[in-house]
Amino acid sequence: MVAILSEVAPRESDVKSPLHAPALHESGLKHTSGEALYVDDLPLLPGTLVGHVIASPHAHARVVRKEARRALALPGVHAVLFAQDIPGVNDVCPVRGVHDEPLLAVDEVHCVGQSVALVVAESAALCRQAAALVEVEYEALPACLSIREALEQGSFLPHWLYPGPHLIRRGEPEAALLAAPVRIQGECMTGAQDHFYLETQASLAVMEEDGAVRLWSSTQHPSEVQEKVAEVLGLGRHQVTVEVPRMGGAFGGKETQAAPFAALAALGARATRRPVKVWLNRDQDMEQTGKRHPFWARYEAGFFEDGRLLALKAELVSDGGWSNDLSHAILDRALFHMDNAYFLPNVEVSGRVARTNQPSNTAFRGFGGPQGMFVVEEVLNRAAERLGLDPAEVRRLNYYHEPSEHRTHYGQLVEGNRLPRIHAELMASSEYARRRAEIDAFNAASRWTKRGIGYQPVKFGISFTTSFLNQAGALVVIYGDGTVQLNHGGTEMGQGLHTKMRAVCAHALGVPAEHVRVMTTATDKVPNTSATAASSGSDLNGQAVKAACEVLRERLRLVAAHLLQVDRAEAQGIVFAGGRVSHPAYPHRSLTFAELTHAAYQAQVSLSATGYYRTPDIGYDRKMGQGKPFHYFAFGGAVVEVEVSGLTGEHRVRRVDILHDVGSSLVPTIDRGQVEGGFIQGLGWLTCEEVLIDAKGRLLTHSPDTYKIPALGDAPEDFRVQLLERAPQDSTIHGSKAVGEPPFMLAIGAVTALRHAVAAFGPPRTEVQLASPATPEAILRAVEAARSVKR
Amino acid sequence: MDRLRFYLNDRLVEESGLSPTTTVLRYLRDRAHLTGTKEGCAEGDCGACTVAVLEEDGKGAPVLRAINSCLLLLPMVQGKRVYTVEALKEGGRYHLVQEALARELGSQCGYCTPGVTMALLEACHREDFNEPWKLDAQMCGNLCRCTGYRPIRDAAARVAGLRPADRFARALAETKPEPMELAYTAGPQRFFTPATLEALWDVLDAHPEARFVVGGTDLSLEVTKRFAEPPLLVSLEALRVLRTLEPRAGGHRVGATVTLTELEDYSRATCPPLERMARYFGARQIKNRATVGGNLCTASPIGDLAPVLISLGAEAVVLSRAGERRMALEDFFVDYRRTALRRGELLAFVDVPAQPAGARAIAYKVSKRRELDISSVSAGFRVVVDEQGRVREARLAYGGMSARPARASRAEAALVGQPWTEASVEAVLPLLDEDFTPRTDHRGSDWYRAQVAKNLLRGFFLETLSEPAPRLQERHAATVQVR
Repeated sequence: MVAILSEVAPRESDVKSPLHAPALHESGLKHTSGEALYVDDLPLLPGTLVGHVIASPHAHARVVRKEARRALALPGVHAVLFAQDIPGVNDVCPVRGVHDEPLLAVDEVHCVGQSVALVVAESAALCRQAAALVEVEYEALPACLSIREALEQGSFLPHWLYPGPHLIRRGEPEAALLAAPVRIQGECMTGAQDHFYLETQASLAVMEEDGAVRLWSSTQHPSEVQEKVAEVLGLGRHQVTVEVPRMGGAFGGKETQAAPFAALAALGARATRRPVKVWLNRDQDMEQTGKRHPFWARYEAGFFEDGRLLALKAELVSDGGWSNDLSHAILDRALFHMDNAYFLPNVEVSGRVARTNQPSNTAFRGFGGPQGMFVVEEVLNRAAERLGLDPAEVRRLNYYHEPSEHRTHYGQLVEGNRLPRIHAELMASSEYARRRAEIDAFNAASRWTKRGIGYQPVKFGISFTTSFLNQAGALVVIYGDGTVQLNHGGTEMGQGLHTKMRAVCAHALGVPAEHVRVMTTATDKVPNTSATAASSGSDLNGQAVKAACEVLRERLRLVAAHLLQVDRAEAQGIVFAGGRVSHPAYPHRSLTFAELTHAAYQAQVSLSATGYYRTPDIGYDRKMGQGKPFHYFAFGGAVVEVEVSGLTGEHRVRRVDILHDVGSSLVPTIDRGQVEGGFIQGLGWLTCEEVLIDAKGRLLTHSPDTYKIPALGDAPEDFRVQLLERAPQDSTIHGSKAVGEPPFMLAIGAVTALRHAVAAFGPPRTEVQLASPATPEAILRAVEAARSVKR
Repeated sequence: MDRLRFYLNDRLVEESGLSPTTTVLRYLRDRAHLTGTKEGCAEGDCGACTVAVLEEDGKGAPVLRAINSCLLLLPMVQGKRVYTVEALKEGGRYHLVQEALARELGSQCGYCTPGVTMALLEACHREDFNEPWKLDAQMCGNLCRCTGYRPIRDAAARVAGLRPADRFARALAETKPEPMELAYTAGPQRFFTPATLEALWDVLDAHPEARFVVGGTDLSLEVTKRFAEPPLLVSLEALRVLRTLEPRAGGHRVGATVTLTELEDYSRATCPPLERMARYFGARQIKNRATVGGNLCTASPIGDLAPVLISLGAEAVVLSRAGERRMALEDFFVDYRRTALRRGELLAFVDVPAQPAGARAIAYKVSKRRELDISSVSAGFRVVVDEQGRVREARLAYGGMSARPARASRAEAALVGQPWTEASVEAVLPLLDEDFTPRTDHRGSDWYRAQVAKNLLRGFFLETLSEPAPRLQERHAATVQVR
C-alpha cells in the first residue's frame, strides 16, 4: 500500500529520516486523481473575465493604426488594451537596464506572435469574436528570419556592457592548428526546441484593496513576475503578490516568459476592476513564446594521430530572436561548455547573439550548455571517423586529469573530476567493448539495417553564471502541535523540489516527512528570490531551508534541555529524530516533538524562522574571459545503442546505460526521474523535434500534430540508470549535487551511435554528414551520402 | 430524445441549450467543474484529456474505452457512461492504477497524469493483454514531457489486464448503455443521431446539406482549432448495420463505422497487411473513436487506410435511399479531399475480396515519429506471382505522394510479366518518379518522399521473399523489416 503522504493525519512514529531515502513524488497521488491544482484549475471568483492576446501576424512591420471601437461595442467585451493603456513602464525585459521588450507593441512589431493588444471579455469565444473586430493596420517591413540572414545583414543583439563578441582564449590556437598532424574544419547547426510543457502559460490576476494586485502564475520566477507587474502597473513591489501553486512543466520556458502574460492579466484586471485570467491554448503558446536557441558554429580543430586534441578554434552564433531576454547568459554558458569534459590546451572560442524576427528565444534545460557541447562532440566524432578510432577512446584520451591539475579554458580548476571513474565503471557495466564488436559483426551481415553504439560523458557547471543570482531564502513555521509549514523560494514544476525540501526540513527537525507541508511558493512568504533554474533549486533552497530549521532547532534545544533536565553544556547532544527529542546519555527521558513545540509556545519562544543562503566564492570576469563561475561540476556518462533503417531513415534506441553523479542523492527516486526524463528530452531535441517556419516567419509546427516530442515508443526498450555511489560532494546541501540539466546532454550519445550506424553503410573511415535534429529524413540523407562514398 | 442525456461518473446528466459541438472536455472543465481532466492540445495528440467511456463495441458488448475528451462532442456520449479521473478514488482509497503510477514515480509535473491514469484504467480492464507490444500501443497516445516514460511503461505492465472488481467492473456487468438516438437543437445548431437507415434518409431528405460524423477525430478539429460551429451534423454511430465486420466470400466486409481498434483486432488473425497499417494508424484513444469510413471519406492525400485497401483490391459500397452502388476504392477518391459520394449517399461498407493465390501483400506507414503521427509516405503493395515466378498482377498504392491516394500505374504496368526479382524491382523504381511528383512540407521533402517510395518497394520485395504476408515483429527499428 502506498503511503498517502500529504493526507494522513499527523501521528508519531519512529520513521527514519527521509533524507537520502527513496520517496514518492510529494504530489504523485494528487496528480493521478486530478486533485493537484494548477493555475487554470483554481476556482474562479464571480465575475472573472478572460484575457486574450492579439498577436502580430507579421515578422516585421510598422503598426500604422490601432482601432478597437467595433470590438468594444460588442456586449460582454470589457476592454481592449494597447500600449498607450499601460500606466507604468511598457517593458518586460528580464535584464536590468535593458529595455528592449515592450509588453505591447508601440509602433513596430518584430516577430509573428508579438503581443499587440489584450482583449478582455466574458468568455473566450467572445474574446475571439472581439479580436476579429479590432483593427490593427500594418505596413510590412523586410524581415530577418535565420542566423544565416542575420550574419549576412550584420544583425546582432550586442551585450549591453560589452558590445564585442564574448571571447575566451588560452595558449596559441593558431600556431597549434598549423602544427597539428590532423586538422578538421566545418560548420554545424543545432535546432530550436519547443519546451512543450504540458501546461501552457497561465496567469490569474485579482485586484485587492489600495490598488494592490494578487496573481497566481505558472512561473519559475515569481519574484520577477512581481517586479514586472509592479513596473507595468506603476506600483511598488509591496503592492504585488505572486503565488505559484505548481507548474505543469516549465523546462526554462517559464523562467522569463511567464511574466508578460502575468503582466497582461494584471493590466486587464486593473482596467476592468475584475479578476482576469490569461491562458494560452497550445497553438498560441507555441506561436507566441520563445524556444531553445538554435546555434550555428564554425570550427577548426587540430589533433594528434592518436586522437588527442591539440587545438580548437570555434565561433558560435545563436539566434536570439527579436529581443535580449536571457540570450547573453545562454551564450555564456554555451561558451563555458565548449570543453565539455576535455582539456583544450590551445583554444579560442567566441560567440555572438544574432537578432532575428522570431519570438525571443529563451532559457531551456541546459541553457546553452547542450548547444556548446554539441560542437566539441561533433569535432571529436569527426576526428574518430577520420582516424578510424573508437569515439569513446578519443573522449577518454582528452579528459581533464584527476587529481586536478587542469583548468578550464575560462580558468576554473577542474576539481573532483569523476569522469575517469564513471568511464571505467560504465564501460564495464554496459559491456561497451563486447557490444561494439557484436554490432560491427551485425553490420557486416546486414544490408539495410545497421546498428551503432555511442558513449557520451558530460561535465556541467553548477551555478547561475550571473553570480548574484546564487541566493535563496526560506521561511519555516512550526505550530504548537508539532506540525510544520515549509515555505521556500523555489517553485515546483514537477522536478521534485518540494519532495527534496520536505526531506531536508523533516531531517533537520527530526520529524516525519508527513508532518511537513510544503506551501505554494509566494512572494509574500519568501521575497527577492531567484528563478528556479540552472539546476540550482535544491542546492540553493535546500541550504536556506536547512538554515531556517537550524535556527528553530537551536531555539527548541534550549527548551528541550530544560524539559529533559540536561545541562546547558550538554544541550548540544540533544537529538531530534523520528519525531522525538532525546539525549543519548539519558535514554529514559524523551519527549515528542509536539510536546516540545507546545512547551516552547507556552514558554514564549518564537516558532518561525527564516533561512538564507548565498553561494560563496564564485565570480567571472567577462572582459578577461576568466574566473570561477561555477561552485562545482556535475558529471555523468551514457552508452546508447541504436538501430537505423537504410530504407526509411527511421531509427530506434535499443538500449541506454547511464551512470550519473548526483553526489549523495537527497531523494534517489526523484533524481532517477530527472536523469531519465532529461535524457529523453535531449533525445527529442537531437532526433524528432523540428521547429519549422515558413518564408514569412510564421511557425509551421505550432501543435503536437506537426511538432513531435518523443512518445512512449521512442523511449529505449532497455533503459538502465544508475546513480554514482559513494560520491558525496563537498560544501553542498547534504553532499548532493544538482541534477536538472546535466542528464539532458547525455543524449548526445545517441548522435554518436547514429553516426556509427550510418557510417556502416559506407566503407571504413566514412565521415558522416548528419544534420541535427536527426529526423528520418536527415538520417536517410546521411545514409545516402555514406553509401555514395567510394570504396 | 431531444435532450443531451448521459451519465457522468455514474450520475445522470441531462442538458439542453448547450451547443451540440461543445466538447466533453470543455463541458467537464467549464460546466461540471471537474478540472482533473486537462487540455494539452485540443487535437487528440497529447492524451491529457483522456476519459473513460463505457459504451457498446461492434458486437453490442459493453466495453470501457479510453477516449480523448477534447475531440468528443457531447451528443457522441448520448446514453453512454463517461468517467473522469475524479471517479477513480472510491471511499477515500486510491485505485490500483493510481497507486501503481505513483509508486513508479510515473508523474513529475502531473499535467499529463490524469490522462495517463485513464489510459491505464482501460489497460487494466482490457481482456486481451497477451502480448508486451500492446503496452506501448495502449500508452503511446499520452505524451509526457517529464518522465521519459520508463516509469509509465512499468506502471502499465503492472496493471494491464488485472480487471479488479471496481466500480467500472460493476458498471460493465450491471449497466446497459442507453439508446444514442437524438434529434437535438440548440440555437442555430442541430445534431441528429438516427437509429435506422429509414430515419437517416428522412433526415437527409429534409437537410441535404447535412454533414456526417462518427468518431469526430477529424471533424472536431474544425471546432477546437478553427472554432467553427457546424450548423448541422448527422451522426451515423447508432446505425448498427454500418458496424458490420465479418468474413465474406473469402474476403471481408468492413462497415464504415467500424473503429480502428475493432479493425486492428479483427485483422490481426485474418488480414496481416491491414493489421500492420492499423497498428500504427494512431494512438489508442484515437483508434477507439476513428472509423474506417471516416478515414476514407475525409479523402486526405495520405489516407492511411486507403493505400492498403486499394492494394488489396477493395471496393467501396455506397448506399442511398435509391439503393446501392459499388466502385473500386481507387475510384472513390476523385481529387484532393474529394470523394465520389453524391448528395444523399453514404459510404456503407468496404468489401475486401479474397486474395488470389500467389499474392504477396504488405502495408507501410512512414512518419517522423513511429507512434501517434501522420504519415510522410504510406503504401500498400500487392503483387501476384504465378508459378513460374512471374508477376501476374501488381497493385502499388501510395499515400502522401499526390493529391489523393493513388496507384503507381507506370511502375505497375512495367512490373507485370517480369520475373519477381530484385533486378525487376530496381528496373521499375525510376518509373515512380514519373508516376508521382510529391510535395515538400513539414512532414518531409519531395526528395525524401520520392526516395522512401522507392525504398518501400525494395523493402517489400525483400520482406515477401519467404513469407507472402509477413507479420510485424514485436520490436523493430523501422517500418520495413529487412536486415
